Amino acid sequence: MKRVRIGNGCGFWGDNLDAPVRLATAGRLDYLTLEYLAELTMSILAVQKAKDANAGFATDFIDVLGRLAPVLAAQPDLKIVTNAGGMNPHACALQAKHVLTKAGTVRRVGVVTGDDLLPHLDELIAGGHTLNHLDSGEPLASIRDKVVSANAYLGAQPIADALKQGAEVVITGRVADASLTVGPAAHEFGWGFGAADLDRLAAGTVAGHLIECGAQATGGLWINADDATGLGDVGYPIAEMSADGTFTISKPAGTGGAVNVETVSEQLLYEVADPARYFTPDVVADFTSVRLSQKGPDVVAVTGGTANGVTDTYKASIAYRDGFMAAGTLVIAGPNAAQKARRSGAVMLEKLKRAGFTFAESRVEALGAGDCVPGVVTATADPPEVVLRVAVRDPRRAAVERFTKEFAPLVTSGFPGTTGYTTGRPPVREVFAYWPALVAKSAVRATVSMV
Amino acid sequence: MSTITLSQLAHGRSGDKGNHANVAVIAYTDAGFAWLRANLTAGAVAAYFASLGASRVERFEAANVRGLNFVLYDVLAGGASRSLRTDTQGKTLAVALLRMLVAWEEPPVSAERGTRNAE
Repeated sequence: MKRVRIGNGCGFWGDNLDAPVRLATAGRLDYLTLEYLAELTMSILAVQKAKDANAGFATDFIDVLGRLAPVLAAQPDLKIVTNAGGMNPHACALQAKHVLTKAGTVRRVGVVTGDDLLPHLDELIAGGHTLNHLDSGEPLASIRDKVVSANAYLGAQPIADALKQGAEVVITGRVADASLTVGPAAHEFGWGFGAADLDRLAAGTVAGHLIECGAQATGGLWINADDATGLGDVGYPIAEMSADGTFTISKPAGTGGAVNVETVSEQLLYEVADPARYFTPDVVADFTSVRLSQKGPDVVAVTGGTANGVTDTYKASIAYRDGFMAAGTLVIAGPNAAQKARRSGAVMLEKLKRAGFTFAESRVEALGAGDCVPGVVTATADPPEVVLRVAVRDPRRAAVERFTKEFAPLVTSGFPGTTGYTTGRPPVREVFAYWPALVAKSAVRATVSMV
Repeated sequence: MSTITLSQLAHGRSGDKGNHANVAVIAYTDAGFAWLRANLTAGAVAAYFASLGASRVERFEAANVRGLNFVLYDVLAGGASRSLRTDTQGKTLAVALLRMLVAWEEPPVSAERGTRNAE
């Protein structure tokens, strides 16, 4: 039976730079997927693109592709599917082509666009697509003037189309993470996107969901990881799929990490709400129908994964400007380090108030004393030192800038045992708030082109 | 009857969904899952995390992996981009929940976990 090996070498922009080459070299892959886009990455890329028409994509991918060029030369059938295109898939594709050409590697680069709703936003709203916030129900019109990016999560179909047209490297903008895996599977097995193949699309979605976060399926974040797990050499995940939708999860032989029912089941439920209804552009997948079994060392077989329908909407990820924030840290040594830290934070905010600055929101944490989950996990002993972290958010950049100048004074005017002011004033960053919404599929048009 | 931590019955993982967090708790054994089902209610989890101010807690079952999945709504102080928390994405919530002290009649089951690789 035909099997297709799809490995994911990148779980987010910032993931290990060596993983894609290592996975492609040792994984015997048919497809290498690389996932770069978190929910708000698009807003950052949109701001970059506004400043420079050739920017706005995940530049790490270009470095990675340059290093992958010799691997591609040795493995002429290896294909790459990535959402590194971000807000500017065409610019990303041109650079990708340039890097490959420079290395003497010829590949057809396919580009998937159509996810960017920003140019059509007013037209959409005028046409009755109110893009209400998924939680509050508020229409987008209430913050329209602050929107910096608006993207529909496209599905696997345009990726499959690009592959069908001969693309060997597929670069997309915003697509659902799992669709990076579903696209190649649908193309290879001839799955359609209608009712007949929904269960297979669901199974492919399970595979995509399991590998989309990279090492999170192979021992990363595993509750029972220990020194013997070898996370320093963690292998990235491979889904080996069959036409009927069954597949295995594994990792290259000889790598660190672990693939077992625990690691895979933890990842199955990661960032999921109702596991019986996992929404993607391709299908509503039922994760409660999935069966996991250990097939051998670091090989888990996955069956099931059925469809629970399909929606006529895409999820849209919209980001809007929402003021400024900054966060800084100092180390406070004990005795009574936690109390001293919390008091130091209060002193800082009191001084700022005297100077005329209060903030829309502020937060003081004594890290090391349980404040990651305040009031839930509490320190049972007096820690020798804690990290004081103070963060503020406000619509006024000047107020947040003034806040960043209040850390150093604590080194001489705070409590004894205050140290760790080595990195200078913390940076002020603009806040892009997230506005999740739904948009009718009929209002969005995915487009495939070749570079 | 002895008092143990939830981590002796189950493992888990947590993450974010905008301003909401999900916390998956997965039992090591069928007996452990039966206990979770009967005792680890949405109300119990809401009470445990009360100081975080969730607007509501919802529980889903994934019996196929002996799992319960909790969604803690409006618990991340604005979501990943906007939150002033250190843990903007709720990554620490699973380990926090697994520290919960629970009453368990039988020997702890973490020692008899059969799912790790026999390497």
